[in-house]
Amino acid sequence: MNVAVIMKQVPDTEALIKVAPDGSGYVKEGVKFVMNPYDEFGVEEALKNKESAGAKEVTIVSMGSERAVEAIRTGLAMGADKGVLLKIGENEYTDAFGVAKALAEELKGGDYKIIYCGKQAIDDDMAQVGPMVAQLLDIPCVNVVTSVELSGDKAVCTREIEGGKEIFEVSLPAVIACQKGLNEPRYASLPGIMKAKKKPLDIKDVKLEGAKSEIAKWEMPPERPAGRIIEGDDPAAKAAELVKALREEAKVI
Amino acid sequence: MAKEVLVFAEQRDGALKKVSFEMVTTGRKLADQMGGECAAVLVGDGVEGIAAELGKYGADKVFVVEDAKLKNYAPDLYAQAVAEVAKDAKILLGGASAMGKDLLPRVAARLETAMASDCVKFDLDGDALLSFRPVFAGKAFVTIKVTGSPQIATGRPKVFPAEENAKAGAVEKVSVSLGDAKAVLKETKIEAGDRVDLTEADIIVSGGRGMKGPDEYKILEELVDALGATATVGASRAAVDAGWRPHGDQVGQTGKTVSPSLYIAAGISGAIQHLAGMGSSKYIVAINKDPDAPIFSKADYGIVEDLFKVVPEITSEVKKLLAE
Ligand SMILES: Cc1cc2nc3c(=O)[nH]c(=O)nc-3n(C[C@H](O)[C@H](O)[C@H](O)COP(=O)(O)OP(=O)(O)OC[C@H]3O[C@@H](n4cnc5c(N)ncnc54)[C@H](O)[C@@H]3O)c2cc1C
Repeated sequence: MNVAVIMKQVPDTEALIKVAPDGSGYVKEGVKFVMNPYDEFGVEEALKNKESAGAKEVTIVSMGSERAVEAIRTGLAMGADKGVLLKIGENEYTDAFGVAKALAEELKGGDYKIIYCGKQAIDDDMAQVGPMVAQLLDIPCVNVVTSVELSGDKAVCTREIEGGKEIFEVSLPAVIACQKGLNEPRYASLPGIMKAKKKPLDIKDVKLEGAKSEIAKWEMPPERPAGRIIEGDDPAAKAAELVKALREEAKVI
Repeated sequence: MAKEVLVFAEQRDGALKKVSFEMVTTGRKLADQMGGECAAVLVGDGVEGIAAELGKYGADKVFVVEDAKLKNYAPDLYAQAVAEVAKDAKILLGGASAMGKDLLPRVAARLETAMASDCVKFDLDGDALLSFRPVFAGKAFVTIKVTGSPQIATGRPKVFPAEENAKAGAVEKVSVSLGDAKAVLKETKIEAGDRVDLTEADIIVSGGRGMKGPDEYKILEELVDALGATATVGASRAAVDAGWRPHGDQVGQTGKTVSPSLYIAAGISGAIQHLAGMGSSKYIVAINKDPDAPIFSKADYGIVEDLFKVVPEITSEVKKLLAE
């Protein structure tokens, strides 16, 4: 069986995001880009399937600008076998539906038993691509997954819901959207990084079509007014002052 | 009947989720602005009896799709049922709950349209829905305009008010011929404990690395208990990675994005990833013994103090106040 991982390159979680003055996007200069943290769980799970569940080959499929090659190489250095980049221009825009369409088209030919992805990308926070790809391929999807057990042509997955868990059984092929807790992603080793340079990485130009939405405007969050340090002679006095303020000023308790 | 605005009404075990009322209320307001109708779609088995509750919040009509196969949440079958009812609606709204987040992207793909997830405000530009939503866990905001049809969006739970607006919605049964579910729910495990989920909590008391260990969270739990049923405990990633709290408790860019009325951060430094997830809380209290901790720059109220000394004092003050 072959396994694919859908991966997106996103700004590092440390990045300070600045909206461009004309509201058309965010400033990319000076921003460090990394593999979407939730996708790392997908890569790790795919590699585990290779080590102990008989997966033959792990392919990383990404859509993005030329820069996304770096993130694909990170996945190859972790141990994936090959990469595919569906390349678009740095400032070309499509939405989750457009991305899902292109990815589904690419994945259709691959004979993949499992398609892993992150439960969401930490840049747009849309959480749509996994279930959309599954729908377009007409296969099941389990979302926000914290454990996967494979047996033959089936997978039993645990997913997080409000205040608990749901356990789903799906027949393969399926899309599994990963959540923190599923595993501990490995680091790319130095030999891994060396080997990654020689692994196949196919860059395909794709024509953007299928976007069904647009971002009308980007804005910065409203500034929070400066707060107040609660003073007092001892912890008890500070506590009393805080509770008074929460009651009388903020009116939240 | 025209369905200018249709709302996916989420139920589990025959009980409607609060976010469904929030979204019906929101859908009602949008429909009124458009001069159209607001309907709801309810999917399940033996759920017709709860349809009237949606009318109370302003649904003119409730479409009910009932089938034994829909008893439990089945993503592909629910998507088929909802898409069937939604295909001629102008706007389809749902809650950005675990179910809504999973289901509505499937519905969108089925109907070849796009959607805006986890929105915190809606507006109209003519018949076009403008969805305002955080990106980068709140480090910025975008306004999305869906150009496909229907225009689908999910609203973040607890952000929109649920207001009764009696319309005594009529119920219309819709039958959809369903195949077999591709993903089958085997079991639902609701964790013991009666505390609300982080995303639904009104008050969150979060502890970070400064808590020193798992047992010390007891002092935060005592404060939460004193604050009442709408309060719960959260954590920073440092505390989760140390194994002191389950990862479902993590607040931040790669944890949950929360927006309670009150967020108390104890022993949390205020790393950018943590601030991203809780920055839109209405009021923020920081408790840290380091006066230079970055969390203070985001806090409405700060206490520079050893948390082990001050948190129990806060608990006893809260108890005193609420006993009055
Ligand atoms: C990819 C990635 C994703 C991440 N995602 C998240 C995320 O979603 N959420 C998140 O929280 N972090 C996230 N982080 C981690 C983040 O960078 C910080 O490491 C983390 O938030 C620090 O947690 P902390 O504030 O509890 O610990 P620390 O930074 O160690 O702070 C502990 C604080 O406790 C104070 N303290 C200690 N003892 C006491 C005491 N007795 N009384 C009062 N104060 C005391 C100290 O002064 C200090 O300020 C992420 C990091 C990466 C790389």
